[in-house]
Amino acid sequence: MDIHTITEQTTKILNASRELTNEAKQLETMTRQLVDQSGTAHLDPFVIGLTVFALACFVGYYVVWKVTPALHSPLMSVTNAVSSVIIVGALIAAGPAISNISTTFGFIAVVLASINIFGGFIVTQRMLQMFAKSK
Amino acid sequence: MSVNLSAFLYLISAVCFILALRGLSSAATSRSGNMYGVFGMVIAILTTLLGSSISRYSWIVVAIALGGGLGTVIAKRIKMTALPQLVAAFHSLVGLAAVFVAAAALYSPETFHLGSQGNMKATSLFEMGLGTIVGAITFTGSIIAFGKLQGLVSGKPLTFPRQHQLNALLAIALLVLLFIFMSTESASVFWLLTTLSFALGLLLIMPIGGADMPVVISMLNSYSGWAAAGIGFTMSNNLLIITGALVGASGAILSYIMCKGMNRSIFNVILGGFGTDPASASAAGTNTSDKPVKVSSGEDAAFIMGNARNVIIVPGYGMAVAQAQHALREMVDTLKGKGVNVRYAIHPVAGRMPGHMNVLLAEANVPYDEVLELEDINHDFASTDVAFVIGANDITNPAAKTDASSPIYGMPILDVEKAKTVLFVKRSLASGYAGVDNELFYRDNTLMVLGDAKKVCEEILKGLKEH
Repeated sequence: MDIHTITEQTTKILNASRELTNEAKQLETMTRQLVDQSGTAHLDPFVIGLTVFALACFVGYYVVWKVTPALHSPLMSVTNAVSSVIIVGALIAAGPAISNISTTFGFIAVVLASINIFGGFIVTQRMLQMFAKSK
Repeated sequence: MSVNLSAFLYLISAVCFILALRGLSSAATSRSGNMYGVFGMVIAILTTLLGSSISRYSWIVVAIALGGGLGTVIAKRIKMTALPQLVAAFHSLVGLAAVFVAAAALYSPETFHLGSQGNMKATSLFEMGLGTIVGAITFTGSIIAFGKLQGLVSGKPLTFPRQHQLNALLAIALLVLLFIFMSTESASVFWLLTTLSFALGLLLIMPIGGADMPVVISMLNSYSGWAAAGIGFTMSNNLLIITGALVGASGAILSYIMCKGMNRSIFNVILGGFGTDPASASAAGTNTSDKPVKVSSGEDAAFIMGNARNVIIVPGYGMAVAQAQHALREMVDTLKGKGVNVRYAIHPVAGRMPGHMNVLLAEANVPYDEVLELEDINHDFASTDVAFVIGANDITNPAAKTDASSPIYGMPILDVEKAKTVLFVKRSLASGYAGVDNELFYRDNTLMVLGDAKKVCEEILKGLKEH
């Protein structure tokens, strides 16, 4: 075995070990990413929704208790108009290019919600104008 | 539009809705509040339309124009006295829309990013089913409430034997079906669920009487919110969840206030059949004929009020029925011209919806600082010359304080009995909704003016002008 072959072999080993280190590093980053992902992946959209829901209930509770009793009728009609925000779901259902039973349901829901939105806000405005007039 | 941008715009829309409710804390800020509501809705609709899910606009424009046109015409034409039934009708539409959206999501889950047909997540199906149940109950319940308020369905509580057992059975069946639906994703189970919920909605509201409608309407208001929140959970849309929670909370608080105004629990109202106990009704009937009642005329009433210093007016549902608010205001204007101090006392459950009397008085241009709530004015009856009760009965009945066996015992009442003279404007001497005889009618300082509230006000006005 001459010196030349030994040097060649050593370089090969060196290169191989370098590659190994690189691969180990890659594996580490990948593992880390996986660990990080698993932290968020477990948060179901339902839990986020529930968080938002619970907080919104509290906001609603405190805001509505502040409403003066004289304006309870407009409160009903405005909340009625606002709850028609369900139109967001109706629009998405009616949106697809190909007509089928779902887009028909969506269409009907858009009509129903629109009646409510326009009717609810207009009737609220009519009531509130009467309160302004009778100042 | 990116998902994050639309989520941000939906947040702005939700904040606008909160500000809309916040605006109602005073009459001065209320109209700008309503504008926030409109603004929030416009943002919500535009954000959805510009999102990636919509690829065809023609039918949507037609649908919005159709619904919007109809809604506008109805809202502009409706008389203020018909407001409670209008609100009930509007609630039913929200409920039905929720059912249709849920059905659309079931038939094409891809549109809502809920996976593909046949392998939706159980949580999505649960949320969808729950939204449908609440929506369907809201729909038929509101239709019955509308019918009762409009006079299409008898305002009397409609009860039959084993009603509550039937309702309980239906509720259990619904829960079972919901779990079957979760595991099978079957469309036929979905429609069975919807049908049974429709039936439950009918059965729940049928036994509730006309004068309990303030509670019923508030409750349905609350349900329409929960239905929207249910659909929001299905779609993982925070705007729908927030708005649904706001509306749900609002309706629940109003129901609570109304129940407190009658000193009844929400269960007592829901179980229905108030004032139908035949024994107590007939007992009240025999009492009525025995005792003497002082019946007076519009002219006498004009004389008494014309010479009073302080008058408090107590309006009730009878004023709404007779549409007497304008005639009443004219009468009050003439009294004020004679230097009489006139104010209005509003009981929380007067009328058929929360705040009903306030709206009618505002319609007749009564200044709102003259219109006072029960706790603000109740102490003043003792120093008042005349309490003018127009179309109200149970909310003035002293039996609520003195007679522990009375069905209305414990209900907060307006202390009209403490006034020097009580004038009752009523169509007849019949007892009120609760079926309880009002002992005030037989007191020495009480004068009954029998007749239609509007005609009586006009007679009094004529009398006042002659003197």
